[in-house]
Amino acid sequence: IVGVFFFHLSTHETPPVNQNISTILAAPSSDLSSILSDRVTSRWFLLRWISRRTNSNHISTATISAMPPPAASSRYPSPSQPSGKSEVTDLKSQLRQLAGSRAPGVDDSKRDLFKKVISYMTIGIDVSSVFGEMVMCSATSDIVLKKMCYLYVGNYAKGNPDLSLLTINFLQRDCKDEDPMIRGLALRSLCSLRVPNLVEYLLGPLGSGLKDNNSYVRTIAVTGVLKLYHISASTCIDAEFPATLKSLMLHDSDAQVVANCLAALQEIWSLEASHSEEACREKESLLSKPLIYYFLNRIKEFNEWAQCLILELAVKYVPSDSNDIFDIMNLLEDRLQHANGAVVLATVKVFLQLTLSMTDVHQQVYERIKSPLLTLVSSGSPEQSYAILSHLHLLVVRAPFIFASDYKHFYCQYNEPSYVKKLKLEMLTAIANESNTYEIVTELCEYAANVDIEIARESIRAVGKIALQQYDVNAIVDRLLQFLEMEKDYVTAETLVLVKDLLRKHPQWSHDCISVVGGISSKNIQEPKAKAALIWMLGEYAQDMSDAPYILENLIENWEEEHSAEVRLHLLTAAMKCFFKRAPETQKALGIALAAGIADFHQDVHDRALFYYRVLQYDVHVAERVVSPPQQAVSAFADTQSSEIKDRIFDEFNSLSVIYQKPSYIFTDKEHRGPFEFSDELGSTSITPEVSSDIVPAQQFEANDKDLLLSTDEKDDNKGLSSNNGSAYTAPYESSNISSQMQELAISGPAASATTTQSSFDFDDLLGLGLSTAPAPTPSPPLLKLNARAALDPRAFQQKWRQLPISLSQEYSVNPQGIAALTVPQSLIKHMQSHSIHCIASGGQSPNFKFFFFAQKEAEPLDYLTECIINSSSAKAQIKVKADEQSTSQAFATVFETALSKFGMP
Amino acid sequence: MMISQFFVLSQRGDNIVFRDYRAEVPKGSTETFFRKVKFWKEDGNAEAPPIFNVDGVNYFHVKVVGLYFVATTRVNVSPSLVLELLQRIARVIKDYLGVLNEDSFRKNFVLVYELLDEVIDFGYVQTTSTEVLKSYVFNEPILIAPARLQPIDPAAIFTQGAKRMPGTAVTKSVVANDPSGRRREEIFVDIIEKISVTFSSSGYILTSEIDGTIQMKSYLFGNPEIRLALNEDLNIGRGGASVYDYRSSSGSGVILDDCNFHESVRLDSFDSDRTLSLVPPDGEFPVMNYRMTQEFKPPFHVNTLIEEAGRLKAEVIIKIRAEFPSDVVANTITIQMPLPNYTSRASFELELGATGQKTDFKETSKMLEWSFKKIVGGAEHTLRAKLTFSQEFHGNITKEAGPVSMTFTIPMYNVSKLQVKYLQIAKNSTSQNPYRWVRYVTQANSYVARI
Repeated sequence: IVGVFFFHLSTHETPPVNQNISTILAAPSSDLSSILSDRVTSRWFLLRWISRRTNSNHISTATISAMPPPAASSRYPSPSQPSGKSEVTDLKSQLRQLAGSRAPGVDDSKRDLFKKVISYMTIGIDVSSVFGEMVMCSATSDIVLKKMCYLYVGNYAKGNPDLSLLTINFLQRDCKDEDPMIRGLALRSLCSLRVPNLVEYLLGPLGSGLKDNNSYVRTIAVTGVLKLYHISASTCIDAEFPATLKSLMLHDSDAQVVANCLAALQEIWSLEASHSEEACREKESLLSKPLIYYFLNRIKEFNEWAQCLILELAVKYVPSDSNDIFDIMNLLEDRLQHANGAVVLATVKVFLQLTLSMTDVHQQVYERIKSPLLTLVSSGSPEQSYAILSHLHLLVVRAPFIFASDYKHFYCQYNEPSYVKKLKLEMLTAIANESNTYEIVTELCEYAANVDIEIARESIRAVGKIALQQYDVNAIVDRLLQFLEMEKDYVTAETLVLVKDLLRKHPQWSHDCISVVGGISSKNIQEPKAKAALIWMLGEYAQDMSDAPYILENLIENWEEEHSAEVRLHLLTAAMKCFFKRAPETQKALGIALAAGIADFHQDVHDRALFYYRVLQYDVHVAERVVSPPQQAVSAFADTQSSEIKDRIFDEFNSLSVIYQKPSYIFTDKEHRGPFEFSDELGSTSITPEVSSDIVPAQQFEANDKDLLLSTDEKDDNKGLSSNNGSAYTAPYESSNISSQMQELAISGPAASATTTQSSFDFDDLLGLGLSTAPAPTPSPPLLKLNARAALDPRAFQQKWRQLPISLSQEYSVNPQGIAALTVPQSLIKHMQSHSIHCIASGGQSPNFKFFFFAQKEAEPLDYLTECIINSSSAKAQIKVKADEQSTSQAFATVFETALSKFGMP
Repeated sequence: MMISQFFVLSQRGDNIVFRDYRAEVPKGSTETFFRKVKFWKEDGNAEAPPIFNVDGVNYFHVKVVGLYFVATTRVNVSPSLVLELLQRIARVIKDYLGVLNEDSFRKNFVLVYELLDEVIDFGYVQTTSTEVLKSYVFNEPILIAPARLQPIDPAAIFTQGAKRMPGTAVTKSVVANDPSGRRREEIFVDIIEKISVTFSSSGYILTSEIDGTIQMKSYLFGNPEIRLALNEDLNIGRGGASVYDYRSSSGSGVILDDCNFHESVRLDSFDSDRTLSLVPPDGEFPVMNYRMTQEFKPPFHVNTLIEEAGRLKAEVIIKIRAEFPSDVVANTITIQMPLPNYTSRASFELELGATGQKTDFKETSKMLEWSFKKIVGGAEHTLRAKLTFSQEFHGNITKEAGPVSMTFTIPMYNVSKLQVKYLQIAKNSTSQNPYRWVRYVTQANSYVARI
């Protein structure tokens, strides 16, 4: 019957039919609370009570809000379907008959009925009315029945206080059952009810569950503590469960109990850390050497999933010396041969992070992990391959030379899904170098004829990208031009765009390209991007293409039919350029174009046409200098992703950041970035790669995050680009010249720097090199005194930032006055300065600001480095502190917070 | 590392199983997921990637036998972990149900819920070992006939056709008893090799790779330790610079580029005598995965010719030769070739007396298809196809057609020469000797000949 029912459900999609037939207990709440206050010991009393109510067939209008699984909301039976009403009534009476029966075989009949109930529940029929009967029937030792009953009560108790009360009673009793399976299951169901005002009933069962002599029960109890924490954190903390978990974690003989303790404690302490110092310390203590070794030494006792948990923890560990590093690596070496990709990737992350500061070993790690990762790519399902391949992609882009000889592994197979092919094409593009370009491009050209048009396009783009990367483009240009001869629309379109880019970088190839491009009929090109590219070439190389003016004229005559504004803009510019070179032939067409352009409804097109018109009126030679200046070859096209972003993604290896190719702050809200992340990855500016920071002109600080964070091989990436590429932070220097001067002065001491203060605007204030006129106010109730005259040059800062571990990361709220005052970074810099916290670099614009501060302990040369990210729309500040003296970093954070809290106050 | 929800959807988007572990993801996630997957791109061509983010919720899915196994989370988790988990859940469920499909799911959803509760608690993975789960899971599966079996994993190919395979074995649940009431003590070891070869237009091998798995499924009583001996001349890792070094390697023998092992495998004596020892857990699992780029003889040689034959006509000739011994038989062979998209008609001409072959021209996708029930080792077959075009072609016709791709299965044959020399079961000789099945199979993964 059930099967047939399903069939109907899946084939009919009809508007929702209200099929809520719930008969629920519309009991006055006083009834219930009195029952509860008795601490009900007699379940039977309750049950009788239920059946009495239901017998009276009291139909309530209230609906039960906790619907079963979303089947309920997604699929509705068609009107021709039974609403389930009569079935449920049927079930109810059948269940009641069985409830008291002790006949042999009765459990089997019960099982069948229970199954029916649950199947109704799954497909969204409300069966809450049989609650009482279900509970009655499950007074049995049959564990299958018990389990079904738990599934059922868990579903209906959640949103309904009346039912949950009954349920708790029933479950509490089962938590004391003889059978450990039943104890465990009941405890799990009890903790999963998520009813906030009933948490006190969890404490007893949880406490004894944690002490149970059966490991299955303990495993469940540990997770139960975490569930309790999420329902009511204070209840959980007050009951001192975290301390109990910690001791279990260190002493329990069962690996899964230990693993669950670790998971639970990580989650609890990370969430607590924002407001409790103790939790902060506890969180740190998970990363202590003895504990890390305790886990790593017995890692093989854990199952593969718990191993991942431990490896994630180990990533955060800061080794004491290189022996420490090698010990860990030797210990984990065989994890790289694990068949589970998650274990391997977690191990790889440990290896990569441990060796960041050891360049040669780091490179050896790349060599070592290559083979296991390739094996995983080819042994799993396409989905698993994709996850691994995304990580390989990241590594390939970071260190292409290491993978240069493995290019054949990244050739596409014809039956791979397109998401895999795309990744592979990008990887092939990245690793192309002098020695393998010929083979790679040959292979890519094969894909250009692929049946999958999207992949064909991507392949052509890949060829183009390689051409732009390479110095020797000779062979590639020929291939590109051959694409044009294939006479497939999309191939031609993609190729034209590439040829245009290529000519912008290598104008010397214009001769070869133009002769081929000239032969293309513009009628065959429909895609705006390709059309624009062709028009650009017609304008740019008008003198080399004999019929350029006439092709343009043709296109201009069809102005009205041209839907893309981009194409019309290009038409205007090309007509202008052509006019400067071949005036007599173009004059007429230009006139038509300008007239049409000025009448255009599109604002940009209109503006450009008007501008051209006026500048031509003003002076034709000026117009030529503006519109068609002598062309300069583009040396490099802007990278779409800043190296800061790339480094962030690398730091978040083995996470979704790698899949999305975005740092986590872009796609997750804060509280979900993962408790085991230990929140030191939280902070980041949202200076997006496309947006350039333009708040303080001419105050560029060359040392962007790329240098502050770690990078292995991309130092030269940005050299050719303008310093305005978005990742450059402004610093309180007027120019880089002065900045280097200032650095020297800073080293030589405050006395010397005082002289510079006269020459430029108040640097002293900004940099804290000299003493500002006002005596530095003593930092408020200071546990820690800071040196008001502290000095640190950016280079030393960077070095320190790289070397020191993060000792603290926290989030504060910024008061509204502070937000109001934070129109430009400078305001905060000055403010913090007055609290002896000095800014070394700042950047960003509303709503995101990022600062690097440093401070020095009074009378001791101990520095505190701070990264502070303020989001003015959420009024939150995230800070990361790195300190020479770890023990006082909390004290420093307090000073910092106090200082920040006064920002904007009169 | 926690997930928020797990659910299974049918191909049509119906909810088959749904479990919410952490109540963090808003309602309607199943619809959101299904809509996104179904309409990933407007043109509907590109497949949705296995992981995507909608409104801050990350959706992970794997497709198994046409069903979507989905997990959601808001946390920045390890993607491999979740995908691996989904795959493993599918495997555990299959171990229990014997056959994995929509029908068996529907019939056993209570059991499936029971499994899910033990596999994941509050979003954290507890165990995915069928062995461990057996002590917590009590529902008995309602078995369905494996008639409608779709392959979930490579081992399923053994159920296709080949008579010497005890086909029902792989569809046997780990917990259910035989109808006869007694359980047979047996163990299956399958050596499954998927091969990828790309031939250049002139017939040279451009790339070739073997991706192999030694898969095990044990129905032994009392979990005895077993020893699995592989070729003694087996080498791992090619010391050379490039793994794509096609010159015949100086030392003969089987050279694997790399391999990995199931966690139960102990490698104590692997270095000295190439034996793996393990106590096989219940259920199906890969003992070892390996990858090999060493040169091997491709089982099929493909020769394709396309020639213009007048203004609106062309002729295609495809020749295949089976390059394996005559006592080996390949089955379910399909050859596909995309034709120029202005092809309007294709007429086929097979050899005289050809049997068990089928030809087809798929009008919409412009695909030529040629399929065989079986091909005996050493045999050679030719197909001639006359194409009619709806418009005149220009340029190079070879750029408009191909490449030719091939799928096949060759039971009891493996190209790598990797072998299980013996399978030893450490067992008190009280009971009768368990059945041991060691089976080999070669499958085409991506077998492509360019023209």
